Amino acid sequence: MRVALFVTCINDMLHPRTGQAVVALLERLGVEVGFPAEQSCCGQPQFNTGYRQAAEPLMRRFDRAFKDYEYVVTPSGSCAAMVRDNYPRIGAKAAAEGRGRGLVDAAAFAVPKMYELTEFLVDVLKVEDVGAYFPHTVTYHPTCHGLRVLGLGDRPRRLLEHVEGLELRELPGAEECCGFGGTFAVKNPAVSAAMGADKVRHILASGAEAVCAVDNSCLLHIGGTLSRRGAPVRPVHIAEILASTGGTAGTARNARTEGSVR
Amino acid sequence: MSGTYLGMPAFPRAAATATRDTRLRANLTHATHTIRDKRAKAVAELDDWAQLRAAGAAVKDRTLRRLDHYLEQLEAAVTAAGGQVHWALDADEANRIVTRLVRETGESEVVKVKSMATQEIGLNEALAGAGIRAYETDLAELIVQLGHDLPSHILVPAIHRNRSEIRDIFRREMASWGRPAPEGLGDSPAELAEAARLHLREKFLSAKVGISGANFMVAETGTLVVVESEGNGRMCLTLPETLISVVGIEKVVPSWQDLEIFLQLLPRSSTAERMNPYTSTWTGTTDGDGPQTFHLVLLDNGRTDTLADTVGRQALRCIRCSACLNVCPVYERAGGHAYGSPYPGPIGAILTPQLRGLAGPLEESLPYASSLCGACYEVCPVAIDIPEVLVHLRERVVQGGPVTLGGTRTVLQPAKGHAAERAAMRAVGWAFDHPGALRAGMRLAARTRRLHPRRLPGPGRAWSRTRDVPEVPAESFRDWWQRTRGTSSGRGTSSESGTSSGPGTSSGPGTTSGPDTSSERRGDVK
Ligand code: SF4
Repeated sequence: MRVALFVTCINDMLHPRTGQAVVALLERLGVEVGFPAEQSCCGQPQFNTGYRQAAEPLMRRFDRAFKDYEYVVTPSGSCAAMVRDNYPRIGAKAAAEGRGRGLVDAAAFAVPKMYELTEFLVDVLKVEDVGAYFPHTVTYHPTCHGLRVLGLGDRPRRLLEHVEGLELRELPGAEECCGFGGTFAVKNPAVSAAMGADKVRHILASGAEAVCAVDNSCLLHIGGTLSRRGAPVRPVHIAEILASTGGTAGTARNARTEGSVR
Repeated sequence: MSGTYLGMPAFPRAAATATRDTRLRANLTHATHTIRDKRAKAVAELDDWAQLRAAGAAVKDRTLRRLDHYLEQLEAAVTAAGGQVHWALDADEANRIVTRLVRETGESEVVKVKSMATQEIGLNEALAGAGIRAYETDLAELIVQLGHDLPSHILVPAIHRNRSEIRDIFRREMASWGRPAPEGLGDSPAELAEAARLHLREKFLSAKVGISGANFMVAETGTLVVVESEGNGRMCLTLPETLISVVGIEKVVPSWQDLEIFLQLLPRSSTAERMNPYTSTWTGTTDGDGPQTFHLVLLDNGRTDTLADTVGRQALRCIRCSACLNVCPVYERAGGHAYGSPYPGPIGAILTPQLRGLAGPLEESLPYASSLCGACYEVCPVAIDIPEVLVHLRERVVQGGPVTLGGTRTVLQPAKGHAAERAAMRAVGWAFDHPGALRAGMRLAARTRRLHPRRLPGPGRAWSRTRDVPEVPAESFRDWWQRTRGTSSGRGTSSESGTSSGPGTSSGPGTTSGPDTSSERRGDVK
């Protein structure tokens, strides 16, 4: 099984820890992980803002970077959704504009190997208990792309439910968008902030110590709002929870029994 | 009607004002959440909902592909049944036709059943200009009209008003439009409904001309269909001597069998009812029963232009159920008026810029009035992929491209005001396609990270007004990988510092001793 990590541009620059968590987790599960350095951004910001053609070179780059791999795994629901949902559209439009079938082929190649992390764990590796230990109360925010485009369903929850020490708290209004939406947050700041404020209110109502999701871009927005309000809740990518283990977190286990349910 | 949609500010500005209106937000949140939960239950009752939805989309697509054929069939059937068909290319033409038809009756008052098409063309204002008074008879439309207001929701035009506001409007305004509000009117739903009933009954019994829209038109028999909850529409359709129906050309369905699908999809999606209380159908005229003169005004007003766009045309499938409004987090906060059109919410964000063309600041801003969360697509009973059309229209805004305007194929120029964004996108795109340069930039950002402000200048200022900007970590993932693995093809073959990179010594997160990420704030729940 040849598995490549598609870390994504945001994680590469702002959340290297999430990428490291994916590597640690997959290696712990016996998967050999490669990181093709040629990889870059999936083109989602460009495409979603209306610059479809600016996404095309990035799509070709994706194709080149991952051509030797059977699976591409990413800790980002929205980037996985971009590849799976929009690459075929970009390919079809380019072909319709008379620019050949290169991008159609690139999409046909990329789509079947693209997996969001929790999908890869549950569907390909067929594990739900990844042997993680995380002695905290956590609430799960299902991101829009994970929920509606990828159809992740309860995969992330099933993984979290098997994490030792973790107490999962219900999130009111869980399926509502947090208000990030890429450039939406910049173009419609008032509405985006109002949505973020409501999401944060619900997170606080859950009483959890941490909020997790399959996408750091949503967590960036949620975390920025939490931090501005001085709220003690931490945003954590689900990969970082799943990568935590009893062994490595041993000191934490002893020191923080009050946060543990076991 | 005092208001007009023209000259509405662009969406972000109008929405910013609306988000500060706490009463509006409370009214909207309460109403949309109530309908949304009920809809979900009503839909869950049908185990073939997915098939119904696919069938609805398929019938609409099939009809749209041969729209000319079905419209001609409809025209022939309406004419054969004693009705008269008029074709209106745009709002002005439609208003001229209706005004002339009303004038020919010698009347100066008309009753109206709620109609989005006549809202779209501004018919009430046009009639007023010709000295004809139009009375809205749908309860919510009545509230909007008496309040000198504009509708803010497809199905519940006065959704932005609560009961006490409605009572105040009735007390203040009813007298100048006809029968005044009863003495000491309270704000219970029963009292408000009774006040409206008494006020409207006068109108129904005296009006000689009725104006309606229609939810559907059945091509095979020339039948028009109105689906409603109150029965006021049926009064409008049956009591006057002359009935004028103004309907968008996309509302045609081929047969009664097709109609069956939509009569299941619509009530559950809109009011969460298994079946709507009133379904009225009318076919031409019948001697001694109902209106003796019937006119059908078929409205184009940008619809054939929309039809020419292979991605955007799916908006014409819309059956105006309003389910997308009720789940939309943006609509919930921004309110219906921010969309500057009788079609608010997600469907408005894709329909208005197509019907009017990307003609001005409002139309250009509407495709961006969405976080692309996809909730609208999920609930749409005819499976309109609203996010897909939004992104497609964004492309039209920033890049221009081929469009059909007034039936002529032209090339749209990119909108002004996106030059800086376009340059930035180009620069970012270039950087992402040149990893070497990108990496240098990231390293620079990491080295200077202590100097980064928590609040941003320029276009990012709005972001950092309400949110903190994350700190740039000391090392990118890419650099960490290179330092610890030194190769792109997996572990252990490094020439750089890969000796410590076996799985057993992997320094993943969750460890408190990660050598390189200790300064990153995220991930530590402490
Ligand atoms: S777009 Fe779909 S959900 Fe929205 S009003 Fe039209 S039919 Fe209903």
